[in-house]
Parts: sequence; structure tokens; C-alpha cells
Amino acid sequence: MIEIKNLNKAFGEKRILKDINVEIRDGELFSVIGPSGIGKSTFIKCLIRLLRPESGQILVDGVDIGSTSNEFTLAKVRRSFGYLFQEGALFDSLTVLENVAFGLRYLTDVPKSDYPRIVKEKLALVGLKDVEHLKPSELSVGMKKRVSLARSVAAEPKYMLYDEPTTGLDPVTTGMVKDLITDMRAKLKITSVVVTHDLSLALELSSRVAMLYGGEFVEVSEPAKFRQSENKGVREFMEISNLSRTGPDKDCK
Amino acid sequence: MKHPITEHIGREFISLSESLGGAALMFKSVVFWFFRSKFELKETIKQCVTIGVDSFTVTALTSFFTGMVLALQMGQSMKNLFNEPMFIGTMVAFSLLKELGPVLTSIVVAGRAGAVVTAEIGTMKVTEQIDALYTLGTNPTRYLLVPRYIAFLIMLPLLTVFADFIGVAGGCIVGMVKLGVPSAVYFDDIFTYLDTSDFLHGFIKTYFFAFMIATVSCYKGLNTKGGAEGVGKATTEAVVVSMVLVMVLDYFISALLVAVGL
Repeated sequence: MIEIKNLNKAFGEKRILKDINVEIRDGELFSVIGPSGIGKSTFIKCLIRLLRPESGQILVDGVDIGSTSNEFTLAKVRRSFGYLFQEGALFDSLTVLENVAFGLRYLTDVPKSDYPRIVKEKLALVGLKDVEHLKPSELSVGMKKRVSLARSVAAEPKYMLYDEPTTGLDPVTTGMVKDLITDMRAKLKITSVVVTHDLSLALELSSRVAMLYGGEFVEVSEPAKFRQSENKGVREFMEISNLSRTGPDKDCK
Repeated sequence: MKHPITEHIGREFISLSESLGGAALMFKSVVFWFFRSKFELKETIKQCVTIGVDSFTVTALTSFFTGMVLALQMGQSMKNLFNEPMFIGTMVAFSLLKELGPVLTSIVVAGRAGAVVTAEIGTMKVTEQIDALYTLGTNPTRYLLVPRYIAFLIMLPLLTVFADFIGVAGGCIVGMVKLGVPSAVYFDDIFTYLDTSDFLHGFIKTYFFAFMIATVSCYKGLNTKGGAEGVGKATTEAVVVSMVLVMVLDYFISALLVAVGL
């Protein structure tokens, strides 16, 4: 379980996250939505301490990584996370095989001889085959994202963080990524945190949805209840996203 | 009361202090991971090729022609003064081994390999590949910086030794062809008037230059901000700062080495 207590993050004078308190339960798919630039990526980067919060606790299975400077504690906690970056963040100089096997080398004790088999399995999981020898520059945006997802789950993390998983993708690939997120949770029992501005994606996939607005979580609830929220920020975002309060059947597509 | 000029100077001073502090912290981290982590052999060899092997041709050409022009100018001056091109070998080798070899090689490496390192790390920074390293259980200092520091510290002194030899050979060719100095006389001059300490004087300096170029290139890369424009800016800054620091450091280290008798 991830517990966040009084999390604050600022860049200079600008406060991005203000006293965030939330629990992310084991096995759930927790989505954070909000307009672009509101601090969603900042939130998810704080969870894995890619960004250091000004104050507050981030307890991952009871270990507080919010303020620790101990590299070994951080590395140990980060081992339980997988992270899908917005642009994929594949290593340009490495092949697809080397990219996907990267985590295996540093996060696990898997023998090197097993890398090709595991990489093949993980690539198959994201619907890719015979791309092991290619470099990231030879892949399309959607393929890069899928390879990145394969790399993230190769070491079988307990928690998976998705940063804008469908941004910049065509509708077909978007649907594929949605299925992948659901599959990862179902097949690998991974606890997932998704940050997105795609409200329909969040409502469709999540166990709970949190709305980040003005640096605070103004609503944290299950999708059905979220749709009924009276919060002004939520209402505005629902309207902008063309979603109805009653459910998917009434949504304007 | 604030004045634009003093404000500008103050801001630049604070920025310089921050950079020096940041570079020192980065170096502390490099030392920490150098002793605490598994040796990244593949990455280190790859960096040795990028920094050393790929810079060899430019270094060799620079040094060869520097040796040639030194022999030509000094030979001509000696002819004008004494009617004979005396001590060409001594003067060419002395200049190359003590100063021009290490300095020119460092400038070439700063411009070529330093730029590559900054651009590569900078691109990784702006495309979140550095963050990805953290999420995949690897510290970027361990994976990226330690191999580059090692590669600079191995390859720059090696390149300098090659540059010294090639430069001396260039001088010898001009001495023989243009000035009529036999190669035996040329090399006899060198071995008579130069000793190991002259070579060591230049060789030791290259370690300081290598350390400085590695620090500047890696630091600028890791602190790249913005997209492609930021990478270009960081790369240019890294090259300019490294080249200027090579010249500045050269004087102070030379003074120090002279003081200790080298």
C-alpha cells in the first residue's frame, strides 16, 4: 500500500501540490485526472521520488521515502515500481532487447541467458514480436510506448505508474494501451496509478478516480460516484470532456 | 539601492557558485559510486572508443601539423640568427611534450568528445531517460558518469602520448625535407637535452585536464533544461568552458609542477 500524508511540492514560489493526503490500496487502479500543467506528473514523480517533496510522507509498504536521502533505501523501494513515461523514455543507444532486459539486469537475479526468452514473453504481452533487434528510432510512437511498457513490467513490479499513457496515440493504439493496462492489473495483480487528462479513460478503467485541481485532490471516489460529484472543478472538467453524469451510455463521443 | 550592473554581477556570481557547488556534489557522487558499484565494463569500453579512438584522427592531424610548423618556424629563425637550423629537435620536442601536446589534445578532446558527452547526457535528461534509469534500479552516476570519467582519465593521457610522438615525427619530416637536418641529428638533440621529467610535466597535466573536461561535460549534460535548444546551449557552454579552463588550468598546474621541480 502507498500512503501519502501532507505531501507538498513547489517549484520556486509556485506551489504545485498542497497537503495531499491519499491511500492507494493494494491491487487497485487509481487514476489522477486534471487539466494539463496542473501537477499530475509532479505527483506521480514524487511517488517514486524522482522529485523530492518540500514536506510530507510517502509511505511505500511502510517505508517513508518522502524525505530520505539514503540512496540504498530509495533504490530498494524503487525496485517495487514500474514506470511508463509519457514519451516512452527508451534508451536511444540500446536495442529493444537491451531496453527491455535493462531492468532484469539491475533489478533481478535472472541469469543473462534467460533475457531473450523473458524479453520475448514481455513483448508478446504488449502485442509485439520480432522487434528485439530494432533501435528506438526505428519504432513508431505507439510501438515505443508498448516497448516501454514491456520494459516496465519485465522485472514484475508490485506497483505500476503510468504517466499519460494514451497521449499522442491514435484511437487504435489508445484502445490497445487501455487493454494492456487492464490486462497488467488482471494478469500480474499490479497496483496501478494512472495520471491522465483523458477522463473517459480514467472512468472506464479505474477503481477510484482523484481530481487534482489547484494543487489539491478536490474529489477522490469510485467512477460512478465521481460522475455525480458536485465539485465545481469536477463538473467543469466533465463538461470539457463531454461526459455525462449518468454513465458511459450517455457520453458524447 | 539596486543597480543593473551590480545586480547582473551578483546574479552571475551566485550562478557560478551554484555551478561549482553542483559540480562538487556530482564529483562526490562519482567517487561514491566508483567504489560502491559493479564495474560497467561494456559501457566503459564504449566510452573509451567514443572519447579516445574516435578523437585519434583529429588529434593526430593537429599534432602532426603543429610539429611541422614548429620545426619550420624555429628552423627559419635559427637560420636567420645563426645561419644554421640548430636544436630543432630539442625545441620541437620541448614545446610539444611540455605544452602543446597536452594542451592541444585536451582542446581537441574537449571540443569533440566533451561535446558528445554533454549532448548525449543532455538529450537523455530532456527525454526523461535519466529518470528512467532511476526507475530501472540504476543510479545515473553509476551507469553514465563513472564510465565517462574513467574513459577520459584513460584516453586523454594516451592520446597525448600519441600526439607527442606524431608531432615530433612531423617536426622531423620538415627538418629533413625543408631544413636539411638529418633525422639522427634531430633525435640526438632530443635525447641529449630532454629527460623524463620534461615528458612527465606534460603527461601529469593531462590527468587534470581529463578530470576537468569530464566534470564540465557531465555537469552541463545533467543540468540541461528545455528541449533541443537546451541541449545545443548546454553543449556549446560545455565546450567553451572546458577550452577556457584548459588554458587557465595549464598555467596554474605548470607553475605548481615547476615549483616541485618537474
